Amino acid sequence: MSDIKLVGRLFSGDYKIIGKPMPRHDAWDKAFGKTQYADDFTLPGMLYGKVLRSRYPAAHILSIDTRDAEQLAGVEAVMTAKDVPNNETVTRFGQTHEVGGFEGMYRVLADKKVRFMGEGVALVAAKTRELAEEAIKRIRVEYEPLPGVFDPMEAMKPESFQVGEGESNVVCRYQVRKGDVEKGFAKSDVVIENTYRVPFVDHAYLEPESGVAWVDENGVVTIRVGTQIIEHFRGVAEVLGLSHNKVRVIGAMMGGGFGGKEDITVETYLALLAWKTKKPVKMTYTREESIACHGKRHPYVMTYRTGATKDGKLKALEADLISDAGAYVYLSPWVLLYSTVDATGPYDIPHVKVDAATVLTNNTFTSAFRGFGAPQVCFAYESQMDELAARLNLSPLEIRKKNYLKKDKALATGRVLDHHVAFPETAEKAMAALGEPSKPRSSAEKTGRGIASSMTSYGRLVFLHDTSRSFVGMEMDGSLMVRCGVQDLGAGQASSLAQIAAEVLGVPMEDVSVYIADSALTPLAGTTTATRQLYMSGNATLKAAMEVRKNLLDKAGEMLEAKPDELEIADRKISVTDDPTRTVSTARVVKACASAGIPLHHMAQFNAPSRELLDFKTGQGQVFPDFTFGTHAAEVSVDVETGQVSVLRLISCYDVGQSINRLSVEGQLEGGTVQGMGYGLMEHVILEKGVTLTPSLAEFVIPTAVDTPDVETLILESGDGIGPFGAKGIGEPSLVSAAPAVASAVCDAIGTRICELPLTPERVMKAVKGI
Amino acid sequence: MRTYPMRIKLNGEWQSVDVTARETLLEVLREKLGAKDVKSGCAKGDCGACAVLLDGKAVNACLTLALQADGKEVVTLKGIGTEVNPHPLQKSFVAHGAIQCGFCTPGMIVTAKALLDRNPRPGREAIRRAISGNLCRCTGYKKIIDAIQNVSPQDDS
Repeated sequence: MSDIKLVGRLFSGDYKIIGKPMPRHDAWDKAFGKTQYADDFTLPGMLYGKVLRSRYPAAHILSIDTRDAEQLAGVEAVMTAKDVPNNETVTRFGQTHEVGGFEGMYRVLADKKVRFMGEGVALVAAKTRELAEEAIKRIRVEYEPLPGVFDPMEAMKPESFQVGEGESNVVCRYQVRKGDVEKGFAKSDVVIENTYRVPFVDHAYLEPESGVAWVDENGVVTIRVGTQIIEHFRGVAEVLGLSHNKVRVIGAMMGGGFGGKEDITVETYLALLAWKTKKPVKMTYTREESIACHGKRHPYVMTYRTGATKDGKLKALEADLISDAGAYVYLSPWVLLYSTVDATGPYDIPHVKVDAATVLTNNTFTSAFRGFGAPQVCFAYESQMDELAARLNLSPLEIRKKNYLKKDKALATGRVLDHHVAFPETAEKAMAALGEPSKPRSSAEKTGRGIASSMTSYGRLVFLHDTSRSFVGMEMDGSLMVRCGVQDLGAGQASSLAQIAAEVLGVPMEDVSVYIADSALTPLAGTTTATRQLYMSGNATLKAAMEVRKNLLDKAGEMLEAKPDELEIADRKISVTDDPTRTVSTARVVKACASAGIPLHHMAQFNAPSRELLDFKTGQGQVFPDFTFGTHAAEVSVDVETGQVSVLRLISCYDVGQSINRLSVEGQLEGGTVQGMGYGLMEHVILEKGVTLTPSLAEFVIPTAVDTPDVETLILESGDGIGPFGAKGIGEPSLVSAAPAVASAVCDAIGTRICELPLTPERVMKAVKGI
Repeated sequence: MRTYPMRIKLNGEWQSVDVTARETLLEVLREKLGAKDVKSGCAKGDCGACAVLLDGKAVNACLTLALQADGKEVVTLKGIGTEVNPHPLQKSFVAHGAIQCGFCTPGMIVTAKALLDRNPRPGREAIRRAISGNLCRCTGYKKIIDAIQNVSPQDDS
């Protein structure tokens, strides 16, 4: 049963803590350098682990000789596929609810065949990092290189090289059917068709993947790791052949995640080495390993056809999406499902036909990355809108305003939007904020502006029956304790829970301690993915805090001779709302509760609203719990002699429902916008026949301070989200429309449309010269 | 491998340590002297997370051989300010929401300190240039620049 009735404004609206800009509870530790990230943690007698990685993107492994490595003094373990109890596991994308048909084989270490360059082939643990590196060099692997396939279009052909063993390269297909697109195109006065391409992208979190594992005094394999999912303890246990309760994952504060620490990184390797040596083992990826060997954002080829009447009303949209899944399935089917549902953007279109496929290749595997399939299609549908506007002599804002979805309207999947839809206001406000156009600074410069809108889900797919748990307890002195399995990737996940508990129980932030991310000791809160933690664990924390509050107010009512609903709790005391002279300290009420045996703590579970699986033949059904709506506007200057783009202005306008921490919301909007700007202009992991040509941050470049204007944020609060206090999720949505807005501005400046990201100086020059 | 004795003054205290000719200052600070507040993001000079002050000048510790710091003074984030005596930059980073994941923060504050030491009133463009070697993937830089620009004047050290 859903707990959605909890949602909404609980109080009259005068919040003490909710919605205020305030430093996060952990900001001071970070400012003083006290926070212990994964690699900062050490244990006595700790070994160093290292992975031997495949030198070929596609090859048979003929033999592996580890004898030289094993004989090196100081080397304590060398492991290959044959040493892994269960080397092949099937990953299921479900935390509490089994879903069929979306399973992907995951192999801990390559066995007989390697599928991508950098795939793990062997593990070593040694007394020092240098010895581990030396041991890796001494392992001799005999490969028989295979041709491989690196282009998903090629890989789809039946006669193509087979990436896996016996299964088709096409992982899965989805479709959405609404109306009859051919009829829709026949009724259209203008039809635009184009093919759009977007690249592989790396998350480039500043902290590379890292962890330390040991076997504790109870024989439990314990892994302290930077991860977005401590619940990978189950998968690790299955690899080791242990019961689930014999593996514990402790989530360290992460130096960024962005989806890249959603899949298992070092956990299984560490668990195997610690289990074998019975000693603590640390493993930290180099930046090169992080870029070349871990999951990337999916490249897509997207062919779009959109038709509209001459007054700008959309009639039909047809989209064909192909994504490169890389060498293993990972989360590709799920990312593709998001893209399929999002393919029409926030627009009301009577006739829709979407076909989507994700395909295995011998490239580095692709998986979750902030936006999860939404940014790719946003570039395509927003480019189509601009092209239609140009053909119809409408402004980009005008054509969008004629077609935005509204509340009570249905998506192409049949889902009716039952909450506030922040269009056209986010677009109008973002465009208005750009103000008067900037003037070019020289004759070589041309300026342009653009907007792009999106709707992005928050919360997991509704057929996964998502849940979260949180514990709130009051101590005898009135201070608060929150325990919740939430992983904090740096976006303030833990701090928001502290704020919620502090608001409900009337204490200042400094009175709250938060314990997070320990699979053995904190109530499990699910993944820090899918922009779900404020929504899910925020609601669970709210629910738990409300139970404690009820007990306190009942007891205080007796003490103050008033009804509980006549009381308010704030500033560490409980008072009669209409007669503030009648007041008692919360700590006194706590002691009274304790003597009377009234519980002062509560663990609550929040169950998300859930639905059965959608109809995959028509794409009809509800897929997401709710959406966040927003618009980016950009102004750029293009040097037409060099192709260099300078971003002059970036506006981000989103309906966040209700801010929990104003500073954090601004931080998400600013950071997401700049990450999206990087996607638009410079970020590109280049692979050539499976070889990563951009394995460092000197080659894979992300925005620096000099590339970045001050992002201006316009925060709207409809109060109509399904998170605590009416909040919506903003982590992923904040990125989605930034790249299309920047691309749109560049095209406006040069008068030509570029259909491939990123808009590098070379591509801009070619467009300017018409090559 | 042959090691050489060296001394550095780390955050005000002289330390003796044996290092190899190949070890970087970053490796020695983190692994031998316990200075975990110095972060390693790329180990090749691309990200700035390991920035420290070497005789007052901001350098990437990963591009500095440990022996190059022999006899010199090294200041890390913890040497700039502590809980007991926080530096105005630390207060300003917290107050402006300039810290998200916090992994770039040590290098950012060190670089900002070096900037303010030579230019106590930098404008936004000067700040952008000064921190252009320090990558941040979370904030979009605006709040970091706000924090550096708005260090309260009476707090200036």
